[in-house]
Amino acid sequence: MTLLGKLTWQAFPLDEPLPLFSGVAVFLILIGIILWIWRNGHIPYLWREWITSVDHKRIGIMYFMLGSVMLLRGFIDAIMLRTQQAMAFDAPGFLPPSHFDQVFSAHGTIMIFFVAMPFMIGLMNLIVPLQLGVRDVAFPTLNSVSFWLTAAGALLVNLSLVVGQFDRTGWLPYPPLSELRYSPGVGVDYYCWAIQISGVGTLMTGINFVTTILKLRAPGMHYTRMPMFCWTALASNLLIVAAFPVLTATLAMLLLDRYVGFHFFTDTAGGNSMLFMNLIWAWGHPEVYILVLPAFGIFSEVVSTFSCKPLFGYRSMIYATMAICIIAFMVWLHHFFTMGAGATVNSIFGIASMIIAIPTGVKIFNWLFTMYGGTVRLCTPMLWAIGFMVSFTIGGMTGVLLAVPPADFQLHNSLFLVAHFHNVIIAGVVFGAFAGYTYWFPKAFGFVLDERLGKWAFWLWLIGLWVAWGPGYIVGLEGMTRRLQSYDVAEWHPWLLVMAGGVGIILLGILAQIAQIIVSVRTRDQRRDLTGDPWDGRNLEWATSSPPPSFNFAALPNVTDLEPYWDIKTRAREIGELARPEPQYEPIPMPRNSPTGFVTAFFATITGFSLIWHIWWLVILGLVGAYATFVGFAWRDHDEVLIPAEEVARLDRANRAARATRLQEQMAERESQRESGR
Amino acid sequence: MSAPTSALRTGRDPYHLGHGPSTGAPEYTGHGAGGPAPKRIVVGYGFWIFILSDVVLFSCFFAAYTVLIHARNGGPGPEIFDLRNTAEETACLLLSSFCCGLASLAVGRRSLLWTEVALAVTGLFGLMFIMLEVHEFTGLVARGDGPTHSAFLTAFFTLVGCHGVHVTAGLLWLGTMMAQFPAKGFKESIRHRYLCFSLFWHALDIIWIGIFTVVYLIGRTTP
Repeated sequence: MTLLGKLTWQAFPLDEPLPLFSGVAVFLILIGIILWIWRNGHIPYLWREWITSVDHKRIGIMYFMLGSVMLLRGFIDAIMLRTQQAMAFDAPGFLPPSHFDQVFSAHGTIMIFFVAMPFMIGLMNLIVPLQLGVRDVAFPTLNSVSFWLTAAGALLVNLSLVVGQFDRTGWLPYPPLSELRYSPGVGVDYYCWAIQISGVGTLMTGINFVTTILKLRAPGMHYTRMPMFCWTALASNLLIVAAFPVLTATLAMLLLDRYVGFHFFTDTAGGNSMLFMNLIWAWGHPEVYILVLPAFGIFSEVVSTFSCKPLFGYRSMIYATMAICIIAFMVWLHHFFTMGAGATVNSIFGIASMIIAIPTGVKIFNWLFTMYGGTVRLCTPMLWAIGFMVSFTIGGMTGVLLAVPPADFQLHNSLFLVAHFHNVIIAGVVFGAFAGYTYWFPKAFGFVLDERLGKWAFWLWLIGLWVAWGPGYIVGLEGMTRRLQSYDVAEWHPWLLVMAGGVGIILLGILAQIAQIIVSVRTRDQRRDLTGDPWDGRNLEWATSSPPPSFNFAALPNVTDLEPYWDIKTRAREIGELARPEPQYEPIPMPRNSPTGFVTAFFATITGFSLIWHIWWLVILGLVGAYATFVGFAWRDHDEVLIPAEEVARLDRANRAARATRLQEQMAERESQRESGR
Repeated sequence: MSAPTSALRTGRDPYHLGHGPSTGAPEYTGHGAGGPAPKRIVVGYGFWIFILSDVVLFSCFFAAYTVLIHARNGGPGPEIFDLRNTAEETACLLLSSFCCGLASLAVGRRSLLWTEVALAVTGLFGLMFIMLEVHEFTGLVARGDGPTHSAFLTAFFTLVGCHGVHVTAGLLWLGTMMAQFPAKGFKESIRHRYLCFSLFWHALDIIWIGIFTVVYLIGRTTP
């Protein structure tokens, strides 16, 4: 045994130009950014205000930034995949099989775990406590630990680009291929440890948010007064708590097989690889709803706000959400109808899968009826919502087709399936994330994003989605299986060229989004949101300033109805002054910042890396360090800071003044309209 | 506001969880319309959710065990388990849990001496449990029935071992708590932490009852 375990110079891709070049480029950019930050003296600020922050809004923003960076990484993988398949008709293309396999595995892993999850968890972090009318989540420091563990997982995945290789078995490491016998390299280990570490973070997020939503709400906020986004966040986090331990256990079994020669899923000594399929999809199917339910919540908020109407069928929406939450656990077998469980079992799971379309249909109709008779404002978030409704309905219907077992026997593992899940995940989760991003951006940063570029981004994404994945259905029906590095069927080739064009259109959409940020930041002074309510919103997140003070609310709001903020505004417009009198300002205790999350993730990364490379002494060092961090955290005496009453009063009075001015303007406008009408 | 919720709002300890009001926001209950719950309830509730997720984790290992119980690879089946050893392990764990309950009473009375004594005995019984388990495991491995021999043995060692790892982690936690009571006194955050520890320790008993039944009792009657 050597000091560095399996790690040698051969782990670095010195003879492969593509990963070497991109790895070095990323590394140089990273070093450059760090040097720039250090030269300009921003490190103390970053450490104080962001890295050690336990403020749910800051953590939410960091989650979203992590998701955005990883979206770029995962999207570069997508461009490579589409280009390869466009080129590889009767030709080898530019990616050799071993590299191509890493790229599609990394693409799926990154997009699900490090893009979609951080986007959704980030938006929940930013908005749920605000909508509930409280000051933070139940366990603020744990929240920071969750974020940093997710970031540690993302770091390990990116590290595999230059040190060793990534998993070549797809985004779910199916045995026996992923067993040591067939995948002896470090790829599967990178996958497993990255997902184990970030999975623990996600599980803690789930615990944190279930507790927050069930136990911390403003006075008067019954369950049936909670905003729809909070309900879907609750359902999503219940699913996390129930499903992520399954992922942890399943990957632990695979790791035991690989590291100490156990026989859970091996093809020798009685191991059973179908056990892995069942367990991983008992996590994997709920995971789909973990991602899409919060998106449904975002669309509910957006559709109601931009139709200037309360959400249609609020209670049926709750029932639909919770129905999906429960049925999500009863359909996992539809991912492998071909296992051969027999007609009865397949029928039961097929029907259960189709039943999910019913509550989802209820939701679609509720959104449509919310728009019906409303004053629809076609702002960017609303465009994303409408694009979602159309595209997701089609994607959902192809899902119902796949839920028919005999049809699935044909379509299983084909591009039809791949087109289906890209159709629902992009139109559902990604559009949802972007709707939430444009809708809540002013809440997070205090200014509104540029609408014109936002609309460009929307149309490019929508068209790109259909150009990229519409043909996927067709080649799937023509028999093209997924993950083909090269092929010799002439009928597929034109469609694959079109798909490559589609990914180019999406690239333009992403460029429009980058331009949108740059333009908006540069012109931020003209687009300030002074009152904290730029969209004429209806829920409590709009009742505080943008960006909100660290304590969110100077006094906890008293909720008397659904849409509490709309009530407050209506009353204010009736009486012609702010509805709530100035509260008695008191000092507010807030949780103190803590480096625990960052330090824990540091040790987790070290432990994960040394486990991957079998550097056992470093594993022990990492674990001892993590334990020492916990004890250090447990030993601290002061975990709260008191925000003085004068500070609370100063911030709240400024916001109240801005709102009062706006109210007077609105009253004057209405008056002049009435005059001219007469 | 409806009558029951306002009654809850005035109650200082609506769930009868113990030792008087918390200092956080005592008028709020977190129930229905009652506003944010006091910290004690939030902490305990959150930890309960964690325990539920841990139970789900164990359920996977239980499922793997029941699926793989017949995959013997020509090796032995559950007849190799020594029920006498299992009975001793069970006794240790139950006594440990009982002592943990006594420690809770001592914490309630703010008696440092009795808290430390009860926790020490809790830990000793836990340690005996671990030693018995290690004894069982090393015996099996020495006879050639180690976890790498067959899928059945893999599943057995992992399920029971996972519980053992939890008990070991609990002992580490217990040691930390025994250091914290004298160093920090009975302040609120420490008592909350102890509440979580005792929940964890009792939950491990519940898991053990599952293992005792599924692995050892039903296992022995499985051909």
